Amino acid sequence: MRKEEYQKLVAEYTPKENKWKNAVVAFLVGGLVGFLGQVVVSVLQNSLGMEVMESYSWLCVILIFVASFCTALGFFDNWVSKCKAGLFLPTTGFAHSVTSAAMDYRKDGFITGLGSSFFKLAGSVILYGILSGFFLSILGVIFYG
Amino acid sequence: MIFFNAFLVAGLFCFGAQVLMDNTKLTPGHITSIFVVLGAVLSFFGLYPKLIEFGGAGATVLISNFGHMLYTAGIEGFHEVGVLGFASGLLTKSSLAVVSAVIFAFIFALLFKPKN
Repeated sequence: MRKEEYQKLVAEYTPKENKWKNAVVAFLVGGLVGFLGQVVVSVLQNSLGMEVMESYSWLCVILIFVASFCTALGFFDNWVSKCKAGLFLPTTGFAHSVTSAAMDYRKDGFITGLGSSFFKLAGSVILYGILSGFFLSILGVIFYG
Repeated sequence: MIFFNAFLVAGLFCFGAQVLMDNTKLTPGHITSIFVVLGAVLSFFGLYPKLIEFGGAGATVLISNFGHMLYTAGIEGFHEVGVLGFASGLLTKSSLAVVSAVIFAFIFALLFKPKN
């Protein structure tokens, strides 16, 4: 087989990532998470008489619980790799990354494995969140008083 | 209407994140970090509260809300206890998300084994 033919064959069998399809899936799944979140929040406010901020806090805990639990059961990894940004951009992604790191590294021990790798994936979110939050809030007080 | 807005806000953010990821070499780790910082920046310009007002839970389920909460908690910390409040207050609001993620992740790591 000649080199060009071989390259053609490789190109044929390389899975093509359909960018538009990915983006639409992310939009629909992410939107669904937001929509369901709003349903939960509305139920909490109207049926249990919760205040708005309190309902958002409960929603946050519920989402983290569900994402952690689904990760623990083993099918959430698959969902995240299919739905991509639709599931890793909401808080579910944060919970997923912490739970999967905890489960994967537990075999290396509780200190050297689970403990030291716990925030392996979520650490950057916490680090850059704290950095930007800290310096911007100082700027905010300087600018807006 | 708020349900539609929630869908729209969360959907558009995820759409943006996906387009960014597919057209660059950024990983989900990069994207989530960028969106946390973006949340703090939007909050700085006073836009994130408006986004929550418009999209309700659609805005609060996003990781950007983490940046927004850090920013507003830093400001509130300053108004409550002064300069030290930037540090002592910063995590007060996001404590809920971090602590519950830690608790659930640890418990589930004890109870479940990875499949592969």
